Amino acid sequence: MLRVNNLTKKFGGLVAVSSVDLEVNEKEIVSLIGPNGAGKTTLFAMVAGFLKADEGEINFENASIVGMKPHQICQRGMVRTFQITQPFAGLTTLQNIMVGAYSNTAQTNSARKKAEEVAEVVGMTSLLSQGADGLTVAGRKRLELARALATDPKLLLLDEVMAGLNPAEIDEIVKVIKGIRDRGVTIFLIEHVMKAVMNLSDRTYVLNDGKLIASGTPSSVAENPQVIEAYLGHGAAEAMAEGA
Amino acid sequence: MSNLRRHLSFLVLGAIGLVVLPYFITSRFYIDVLTLIFFTAYLGQSWNILGGYAGQFSFGGVMFFGTGAYVSSILLTTFGFPPIFGIFLAILGGAFLGLIVGYMSFRSGLKGSYFALITLAFAELLRVLANSVEFTGGGVGLFLTYAPGLSNLQFETPVGFYYFALVLMFISIAIVYWLEGSRFGAQLVAIRENEDAAEALGIDTLRCKIYAIMIMGAMGGAAGTFYSQKYLYLDPPIAYSIHLSVEMLLVTIVGGMGTIFGPLVGAFVLHTVNEVARHFIDTPGLSLIVYGLILIIIIGYLPNGLIGAFKKKEKKSGSNSLDKKRSREES
Repeated sequence: MLRVNNLTKKFGGLVAVSSVDLEVNEKEIVSLIGPNGAGKTTLFAMVAGFLKADEGEINFENASIVGMKPHQICQRGMVRTFQITQPFAGLTTLQNIMVGAYSNTAQTNSARKKAEEVAEVVGMTSLLSQGADGLTVAGRKRLELARALATDPKLLLLDEVMAGLNPAEIDEIVKVIKGIRDRGVTIFLIEHVMKAVMNLSDRTYVLNDGKLIASGTPSSVAENPQVIEAYLGHGAAEAMAEGA
Repeated sequence: MSNLRRHLSFLVLGAIGLVVLPYFITSRFYIDVLTLIFFTAYLGQSWNILGGYAGQFSFGGVMFFGTGAYVSSILLTTFGFPPIFGIFLAILGGAFLGLIVGYMSFRSGLKGSYFALITLAFAELLRVLANSVEFTGGGVGLFLTYAPGLSNLQFETPVGFYYFALVLMFISIAIVYWLEGSRFGAQLVAIRENEDAAEALGIDTLRCKIYAIMIMGAMGGAAGTFYSQKYLYLDPPIAYSIHLSVEMLLVTIVGGMGTIFGPLVGAFVLHTVNEVARHFIDTPGLSLIVYGLILIIIIGYLPNGLIGAFKKKEKKSGSNSLDKKRSREES
């Protein structure tokens, strides 16, 4: 569904993303993990059209989307959420979600209906008339998810929708994401919460210093010495093996 | 807005009141003041669409007014083209100017004060141009002849112009009323609140902003024809006066940006304050100081305008929060 080849982005001398290849297949939940500053969000931004890649190919449903604007990519069925939530602060939750719903309809009534449906899916029905600026962190993360979902995407790019949530809230949103996948939406997510990554993803890619260092099932990736070193520092894998 | 629908009967009553008002007011002065209030409210409404709803503040809104005024006036003086049709070409001219200015500035990503300044620059550029080319009459200006009749959009009594302005204002309110319930309106508001998020959710932000400035331009164009047919004289300082650019944003900010009745309320309050101050204060210039002070108080204490203050009292939650800071870091 989504295929990325040799994707590279440089900021001055810093190579933020270095010839990354990856693939997301239909109906999968694929996660992208890596330490802070690994280039995950930069990669997302390029895929969603917010940043111009220096090199490489991005294909969505067998067509190149390089050079397209975010709204064009959204209309093709791929939509992103933001790590730092970007609500339409002056609007209510319902109005926020309706903006997403309007991408498929010009009718106010059907947009409202769609928004209410989506609110149900993410569990925001009781918050619909509340101003978005009054939402909690968990509420804002859900709102990001709801707005994106209201555009009826085929592929959803979720950028750390669980960051800043407590364990109970994480369990809830994991359920919501699984529910979304069951409705036929493919999901590609960036996440730091390991429990959720293990729980959710069919496959995982690990990014470190802009390079892919591992990929595979979540459990195989978690045992990969390179991955452990990337997170815990050089020599950590050996130390752990000795300790065990 | 459901709120609006609830008050609909009240609004219809108000509209009827404005329509029959001239039968009760015989003073020419009051009719003229009201005409001016409607005219300013209309221009404020045009500014409101781009500034209040789409969040793109312009400082040169007068450029559409001036261009529209020149289009219909030149057509009239050189070709004898009747203004009743000329007004439509003025509307087209304003919209076309909006397209050019919008395309050039939004395409290059100008926002906030940069956009405001570039519109100011465009208006100034047009003023200088109108001064130096011949077909506008240059600095001497254009004199229109007074020949009342509908085809000239001129009227024998001030009441005729009162109704002309009233119709313009009703149309502008209808446009914004439609906007409030439409997809296009929601998209503009989304752009105002957060342009990146709007773009991510499939909104063609460039196109929407250009449409918004074209609507503003079209409305300004019609206002130009109204003005030149009422005052029968046009020169570059009038057509492209900064004063009018400021007035249209002022009435909207004072009344309430992004609200249907903000421009009308603002125009009414500011004109009333202005007239009252002029009436009671004899010392020349002092009335302007009073006017300025009241302006400072309103803007300082009511950042959401008079309508915003009223709404807040009515219902505390779900406020319009143009003034609230948003964290917009790029990750």
